Amino acid sequence: MSTTPQRSVISKILQDDIVKLANKGERIDGRSFDEYRKIKITTGFVEKAEGSALVELGSTRVLAGIKIEIGAPFPDTPEEGVLSVTAELVPLASESFEPGPPNEDSIALARFVDRGIRESKAIALKELCLEPGKKVHVVMIDIYVLDHSGNLIDASSLAALAALLTTKYPVYKIENGQVVKTEETRQLPIRERPIATTLAILGDKLLLDPDLQEEQATGTYISFVSLEDGRICAVQKNGLATITRKMLSEALGIARAKSRELRQLLFQEEETTEQA
Amino acid sequence: MGKIKLIDENGIRTDGRRADELRPIKIDVGTLENANGSAYIEQGKCKILAAVYGPHEAHPRHLTQPDRAILRCRYHMAPFSVPERKSPAPSRREIELSKVIRESLEPVVMTELFPRTMIDIFIEVLQADGGTRCVGLTAASLALADAGIPLRGLVAACAAGKVDGQIVLDLNDLEDKEGEADCPIAFIPQLNVFSLLQMDGLMAVEEYEEAVHLALEGCRRIYEMQIEAIKKKYRETKAEENNQ
Repeated sequence: MSTTPQRSVISKILQDDIVKLANKGERIDGRSFDEYRKIKITTGFVEKAEGSALVELGSTRVLAGIKIEIGAPFPDTPEEGVLSVTAELVPLASESFEPGPPNEDSIALARFVDRGIRESKAIALKELCLEPGKKVHVVMIDIYVLDHSGNLIDASSLAALAALLTTKYPVYKIENGQVVKTEETRQLPIRERPIATTLAILGDKLLLDPDLQEEQATGTYISFVSLEDGRICAVQKNGLATITRKMLSEALGIARAKSRELRQLLFQEEETTEQA
Repeated sequence: MGKIKLIDENGIRTDGRRADELRPIKIDVGTLENANGSAYIEQGKCKILAAVYGPHEAHPRHLTQPDRAILRCRYHMAPFSVPERKSPAPSRREIELSKVIRESLEPVVMTELFPRTMIDIFIEVLQADGGTRCVGLTAASLALADAGIPLRGLVAACAAGKVDGQIVLDLNDLEDKEGEADCPIAFIPQLNVFSLLQMDGLMAVEEYEEAVHLALEGCRRIYEMQIEAIKKKYRETKAEENNQ
């Protein structure tokens, strides 16, 4: 059951300010409409996880951890590994998060991150089969939101991708019908790098990477997941506002350009850390 | 993928349709006795019921909002609606769909006219065959209208997708599972805006825009059928009254 949520607490003055500034082409934190906040990625944050990454997007902080276990495949894909994504809106991250089982917001977040990874075929799941129909690797991605200052979708998708790219898992083999863990480790086979780009919809304006105040002021945002070759693999509008066809095309254009920019930035960073 | 041929050399799909054709649609408005508003839609093999109760007192009461009605929406699949029995407990998919459907309907409901109340929207998928969220949305919007709740417009929903490399309208279950991409949208013709935009699968940006364009055409056709279905109900009610 999905119920209209309580409106987030934002002062009328601040809300009006955000709208007024937007009409002048400005944003409250001085960014331009198509500018990301500062992004910082720390991989290997949790050593006990098979892969992990802490993403800081402005003051939004999301930690993704990856665990790999042996489990049964889905009956319709007996020769493929299993992917599962869950998201936890940890109560310490925001006054609006409550302890308890996953609510619709955390489920929607996890399912969007999942869609980006699954539909792009980012993980070569076919290489994760041990015994067809019986035993495969199960890749579990857990998104842990630590500080909610807006745009959880982009931060979470990025954290999941960064964690996947660094994931190493123990090689198992089957001896006399038993699954045995070996000393050897292997890099998780990653084939695509899906990047999510989110824009808040404020009247007829589109604001890239909305912070919490902008999210509260607009309540609506649209997200795209793009791949290296320019194709997209997921789209999702969230919130109560509506969008015209013209704005949808405009949003697609911005998302396309910005994901390319982000991709360049991230890969350069990756290369430098590799050299270091 | 690619193992099953979904479109033959004459451009005909597995269920005999052309690329830009909707499945046969049958709509009944006001089919339930108890609900304040209801609608039943058959679209291809999809059979979906929607009902609206309210506006009524909100419970739990702390959910009440002082200046408007709140909407509560449940999208639910019957255990026997799919080949393998579906547990009646809400799945993560159903929870997500309940949210996106609520968010797609809320923009048209004049909630400000009914402060401190709640409007319930229940969607039951009796038989699923691809595109249930869209059919459910189309039915729910009719149920809201049938309940006499003031609306800014009707919401018509339809999907388009990519199947065997082609952009096609209104995917059935097989096309949804075996095809390359699915792109469900909801459109509000009176306001000329979208209230639902989703996509999963792989598409070039141009293909996505083409799919949105085709789905929009589908929504426009479904909207005409929605209007006709509402009119039909009132014609029938009037005929009954005349007979008495």
